[in-house]
Amino acid sequence: MTPKTTLTAMTSAIALAVAAFGMAGAAYAEDTIKIAYIDPLSGPFANVGDAGAKHFSYFIDYFNANGGFNGKKLELIAIDNKSSPKDSLVALKSAIDQGAHFITQGNGSHVGAALSEAVAKHNERNPDNRVLYLNYAAVDPALTNDACNFWHFRFDANSDMKLEAITNYIKDQPAVKKVYLINMDYSHGQSVSKIARKLLNEKRPDIEVVGDDLHPVGKVKDFSPYISKIKASGADTVITGNWGADLSLLVKASASAGLDVQYYTYYGGGLGTPVAIGAAGEGKVKQVTEWHANLPVETPSDQGKVLEDAYVAFLQKYDLDFYYGRIRTMLGMLQEAMNQAKSDEPVAVAKALEGMTYQTAMGPVTMRADDHQLAQPLFISTFVKGVKYDTEHTGLGWKTDAKIDGPATETSTTCKMQRPS
Amino acid sequence: MLEILVFSLLNGVLFGMLLFMLSSGLTLIFSMMGVLNFAHASFFMLGAYFAYQISTVTGFWIALILAPLLVGGIGMLIERYGLRRVHKYGHVAELLFTFGLAFLIEEIVVMIWGRIPVDYGVPADLNFTFFTLLGTNFPAYRAFILLIAVMMFAALFLTITRTRIGLIIQAALTHPDMVAALGHNVPRVFMMVFGGGTALAALAGVIGGPILVTEPGMAFLLGPIIFVVVVFGGMGSLGGAFVASLLIGVIQTLAVALDWSLGGTLAAIGINLPVDGFIGTFSRITVSQTAPILPYLMLVLMLIFRPKGLMGTRES
Repeated sequence: MTPKTTLTAMTSAIALAVAAFGMAGAAYAEDTIKIAYIDPLSGPFANVGDAGAKHFSYFIDYFNANGGFNGKKLELIAIDNKSSPKDSLVALKSAIDQGAHFITQGNGSHVGAALSEAVAKHNERNPDNRVLYLNYAAVDPALTNDACNFWHFRFDANSDMKLEAITNYIKDQPAVKKVYLINMDYSHGQSVSKIARKLLNEKRPDIEVVGDDLHPVGKVKDFSPYISKIKASGADTVITGNWGADLSLLVKASASAGLDVQYYTYYGGGLGTPVAIGAAGEGKVKQVTEWHANLPVETPSDQGKVLEDAYVAFLQKYDLDFYYGRIRTMLGMLQEAMNQAKSDEPVAVAKALEGMTYQTAMGPVTMRADDHQLAQPLFISTFVKGVKYDTEHTGLGWKTDAKIDGPATETSTTCKMQRPS
Repeated sequence: MLEILVFSLLNGVLFGMLLFMLSSGLTLIFSMMGVLNFAHASFFMLGAYFAYQISTVTGFWIALILAPLLVGGIGMLIERYGLRRVHKYGHVAELLFTFGLAFLIEEIVVMIWGRIPVDYGVPADLNFTFFTLLGTNFPAYRAFILLIAVMMFAALFLTITRTRIGLIIQAALTHPDMVAALGHNVPRVFMMVFGGGTALAALAGVIGGPILVTEPGMAFLLGPIIFVVVVFGGMGSLGGAFVASLLIGVIQTLAVALDWSLGGTLAAIGINLPVDGFIGTFSRITVSQTAPILPYLMLVLMLIFRPKGLMGTRES
């Protein structure tokens, strides 16, 4: 390139960038509010990301048809982040360029942490073009503790809260004597392992933690060696934060080796996991969640009927289980926040969300202002036969063992939040 | 401890055998034919999906035969109408072609069967416990995998080294002009070998599908490890691939059982490393945590110290 053409190329690049920036700024004036969904749509966890996208598009349509968002419609932009923090930052950039002021993500707390930090930085540098990060599933407690920031809201119970629920339940189960922890080796799994030890020690000091394994994420093809270890340790209970193929393969290997233990999982009902686990998990796999399909059946109510109908309609439309009850809650709260604030400007919406109490069919939920963590009722359920709604055509579905009300799941926070003036 | 050791060995051999079934096809295609086939694991996945679909109609046993044949046929078509044209532009073109192919196959699988795993389980005939040792069950299906893998190795080895067909194949791969001059159709030999390689991958898929999860990400999950097997075992060597598979399977499985860490060992002899910071984190990593990445470490070391691999006959 001659110096002259280089100069021309540079000026046109700058002109393009300015044009793009101008377009992004103009997005406020448009009729739709854009929300970018940044999750894996390829690679080993693509099935999880794809299912999340379907939940969003279904419930966005639902809320658009039922009142809309401050008179506007919400529009979903799905961007593949290949499960990688690096690609997520590129995705965030692209989302902002396309005029999105709301982003949502859930799979992988390492990705969540990167996004949360990037959003905060972006908002600091671009006060005219701010972004809110609505987290529907990344459960690392750090995101609402030391790493908290004003722009992040979490609609899933964090890992500590889920473990609080699990250990409260285990506290009253005298059969549990030896616990084995097995988790994926990244922030989420490490924190499950650490907190589980702490809480078990507090609530049932007589329980022995007989093993604690961390394994690389998505790289183990055969879990049999881990099963041999669990077997040899004499454990009667396994607590695991594993998800996707890493959970399915674990339970499958366990069943084929004839290992007789109870699994307390976060994601036993996670998309694709029940079918992969199959009959191997009957009566053995438990999960802690804010929703499963049989909840409205077990405690009938008018609002519950609406949810049950939504479940059936979702299943018919996508041949997929409606799994993320919290995505519905999140979009419902977003709708209410925008209506209350009479604006879709991120700071106004964030302020309306802070401290908001919202009624769901499962009970009231509250967005804690201190750390932007949602407190919602949690349920412990077991994978069994003979329930009204089976999951993923397996003939097995979830049956509630215990309910823990929202306030009872709350844990203390170390978050010191700086709010925009 | 004995229990862990025995079962780790058993499971290690089993995993090794599954790896071998997968990589034997790649040995033919990559290290003998010299085609850099990135899509090999995709044929493995196709095998699993085809077998699932066929088995819903005819049962497992017919699927076991039909699925590899179908995938082999597809492989031959791809060689005839795709790879053959690309081959003359060298390795980079091949790599790009098969790389694209891998994505294409994944997307096609997603379009037909969706992203959620399909319900492809162990066939009822083989769904029982073969033996129980020290309180742990060894499923019959795993024994079946071992049996098939051994049969496959024997058949492949004998075909390549002891038959006239094997002789022509070997000669065609190293001296194609001479073989062509003797009146053999070399392009057809290449097509058959490629088809055979993909059929072998598919057979591994048919058999591996029920114990792994049959979902669109499975090719991506297994893609890299089979290259490790082929390169570690040595280019052009079926025996090398066999030994490498077993080694990787057993080492990886045994490593899981070891909770040994640098910090823990030093603490046992009275040296306490700092708990926090980089050193603390590093010293607490256990061998079991690193197990699934050990094969890649082995690959890197092998390439540095013995580039032709365990039993390789060629340098590259």
